[in-house]
Amino acid sequence: MTRTLALLLGVLAIPALAGEARPNAENPEIEARLNRLAEDLRCLVCQNESLAGSRADLAEDLRREIREQMLQGKNDQEVIQYLTDRYGDFVLYRPPVKPVTYLLWGAPVLFLLIGGTAWYVVLRRRRALQAEQTVSPDELQRAARLLESEESR
Amino acid sequence: MKRFIPFLVFIVLAVFLYLGLYLNPREVPSPFIGKPAPAFTLPVLGQPGQTFSPEQAKGKVWLLNVWAPWCVSCRQEHPVLMQLAASGVAIYGLNWKDKDGEAEALLARQGSPYVLTVDDRDGRVGIDYGVTGTPETFVIDKEGIIRMKHIGPISPEVWQKKFVPLLKELET
Repeated sequence: MTRTLALLLGVLAIPALAGEARPNAENPEIEARLNRLAEDLRCLVCQNESLAGSRADLAEDLRREIREQMLQGKNDQEVIQYLTDRYGDFVLYRPPVKPVTYLLWGAPVLFLLIGGTAWYVVLRRRRALQAEQTVSPDELQRAARLLESEESR
Repeated sequence: MKRFIPFLVFIVLAVFLYLGLYLNPREVPSPFIGKPAPAFTLPVLGQPGQTFSPEQAKGKVWLLNVWAPWCVSCRQEHPVLMQLAASGVAIYGLNWKDKDGEAEALLARQGSPYVLTVDDRDGRVGIDYGVTGTPETFVIDKEGIIRMKHIGPISPEVWQKKFVPLLKELET
């Protein structure tokens, strides 16, 4: 009985031997830098995932590549350059500001301007409409009479 | 005129949405078009001791087909490539991330459309070519410049529409 129990406990303990994912332990500083950088990079296989979060095979390869380059002493800028040289600006979740992306970056301001102008025009038009509708004393008297007759009923 | 503004807005939106239906998010524009094919030296599959690098193919128009034995759409593409090879198109294979080394047996079984296949086991050269998945096919001209990249399997229609006109232009 005790032997079975010991065996059972031994089997239960096996997962504890598995340990952490190895690369994490090797160089926590590089790993933190890698994760920070990869958070802003797109995984090219599952395009709505970041390179940090993706478990796609290619993402793992790219993380390995970035890790090695960081170990060689390259800075973040150089690593990003390495990736954009191969995969284009598409890997960046924050596209750089350059002629082709002016419209992209300017669009929010542009739409705000269009909306603001439309709003202003509508408001002005409404005000003009209200200003036109002046009521003469005659009409006021008629309205008062109508209201009274309504109430007396 | 004023009455038509909502209609115009609708038309513009509809056109954008309609075009969006046919955009393939996999078709990421490659930064390599018009640039020299990245250099590499890799072992040739099935010929121990032999290596291949793109310079060796200089002087002719060739295709670099990135494939893998584990890739389903590559099998779909395989008969098309066989036909192209038979008609004299120079196709070089890049066996990408074939960790189990199955490519050689597969080609022996199904026939090889490739002039030769290089073995990129850890996928580094694939990354240097900006490969995101298999199959992908690069068209490389006589000077070693990448002229086109096709993502996904080559179908006879794709071949006629995308490759034939370009190859004609490059061959002259």
